[in-house]
Amino acid sequence: MNEERYTRLKKIIKIYLPEDVSVDDISAQSHFINELNINSANLVDIVLDVEDTFGIMLENDDMDQMQTVHDALLIIDKKLTDK
Amino acid sequence: MGRRVVITGLGICAPNGIGLNDFTRALKEGKSGIRFQRQLQDLNFGCQIAAEPLVPDNLVNNYFTPLQLRGLNASGIVYGVIAGTDAWKDAGLPIATNDSPDWDSGIIFGTGILGVDKFRESIHLVDDLNVRRLGSTTVLQTMASGVSAYLGGILGCGNQVTTNSSACTTGTEGVLMAYERIASGKAKRILTGSCSDSGPYVWGGFDAMRILPRQYNDNPTKASRPMSASAAGFVPGSGAGALVLESLESALVRGANIYAEVLGGAINSGGQRGEGSMTAPNSEAVQRCIVQAIASSGIKKSDVDIINGHLTATSKDALEIENWSKALELSGTDFPYINSFKGLFGHCLAAAGSIECVGAILQFQENQIFGNVNCEDVHPEIESQISPSRIPKKTEKYTPKIIAKASFGFGDVNACVIFGAFND
Repeated sequence: MNEERYTRLKKIIKIYLPEDVSVDDISAQSHFINELNINSANLVDIVLDVEDTFGIMLENDDMDQMQTVHDALLIIDKKLTDK
Repeated sequence: MGRRVVITGLGICAPNGIGLNDFTRALKEGKSGIRFQRQLQDLNFGCQIAAEPLVPDNLVNNYFTPLQLRGLNASGIVYGVIAGTDAWKDAGLPIATNDSPDWDSGIIFGTGILGVDKFRESIHLVDDLNVRRLGSTTVLQTMASGVSAYLGGILGCGNQVTTNSSACTTGTEGVLMAYERIASGKAKRILTGSCSDSGPYVWGGFDAMRILPRQYNDNPTKASRPMSASAAGFVPGSGAGALVLESLESALVRGANIYAEVLGGAINSGGQRGEGSMTAPNSEAVQRCIVQAIASSGIKKSDVDIINGHLTATSKDALEIENWSKALELSGTDFPYINSFKGLFGHCLAAAGSIECVGAILQFQENQIFGNVNCEDVHPEIESQISPSRIPKKTEKYTPKIIAKASFGFGDVNACVIFGAFND
């Protein structure tokens, strides 16, 4: 796992966490909705933030597959490699 | 007649003052919120002045979470949430913190159009084939009920949560809708109010109608001249006002501060018949609305101490005075005191009714009638009906018992509410 990308991703996720979940609760295996209790409507915002932060563009399929922090990192790695 | 209804909380985000202290002082001292708008000049508007609340950047952090603030581009929601949250706190009401909402409290918070700047943003994205970039809050910020939805979530209200819309009548109509819901026993408390966005895309249509003043761009505080012979059109404004209406029973149980009682009111329309049109009022309807409001309040026509008029500073002001005079069967020195706050903050459109209701009610607590500005030259057609002494030019010491507030709007719609001093 690329630590730098993981840190940047955590920084993106932070603002979407509900009050009772802290940034320290995030792990690579965390499920955005089920474990981090992020409002499902905000997943589209996380995708936009990821695109802006990493200079990539995600397809609909990528978004469907992005269930956990780990999923997101894999997609980011792949997009950056393909770039 | 149902349960008695009182006002226990007020909140305000007005062009000449945010928060009750600043707003009260501004009304007392005649401080204007009308300013030159560079953006309107750059866009070739005829009228390059407007009245909008000056919300400091750090203030919004007290009302919104960092997540809510991200991409927030709906000024009406900002004004509405500030005024609404303040009114709730002013009433001493708690914010529902557990999983269960407050089933007895609701929200009726109106607007004319909401999130116009957000909508413009999304139009550009959609036209650039970038619909996927709209994010998750475009809908929430541009739906009319966005303001009541944001407030509902912040306060945790579990009764009716809705948004009414009736042009410039909206805020006053909302007070009466809240009153009726509480009087009929369907709710104990309703946060009511209204908001209006700022900006050229809201105000442009009025500029195109040529009903805004064009000769005061270098003298903005003199531009809005209700009841004046030199009235030149209304100055566009924005902002929000909010009131907590509550059953008297609930207010007494809580030991809440009571600003005033809502004694009654009426809402109607002139049906765009007779002299009424989309933009002009049918006088018969206006008079009926006032008469019915008086009758429903159980007071006599001569009991009205202060009228806070709609009085936008157009040529229609004299007709409004005539309608009040005929409806109340009072003229000359018998006519009640009358004021219009629009001289200070223009016409805040959908927010006008609620902002002006808040201002009108503050006169009970201050034991004053707030003065009119820019009407040193009262229109001769008004002077021929009522004594100029009934139009105070300065704030005066006075203890009103009954205040009538009316708002009239495009679509030929009218609302009149009667407030009474509370002393049980």
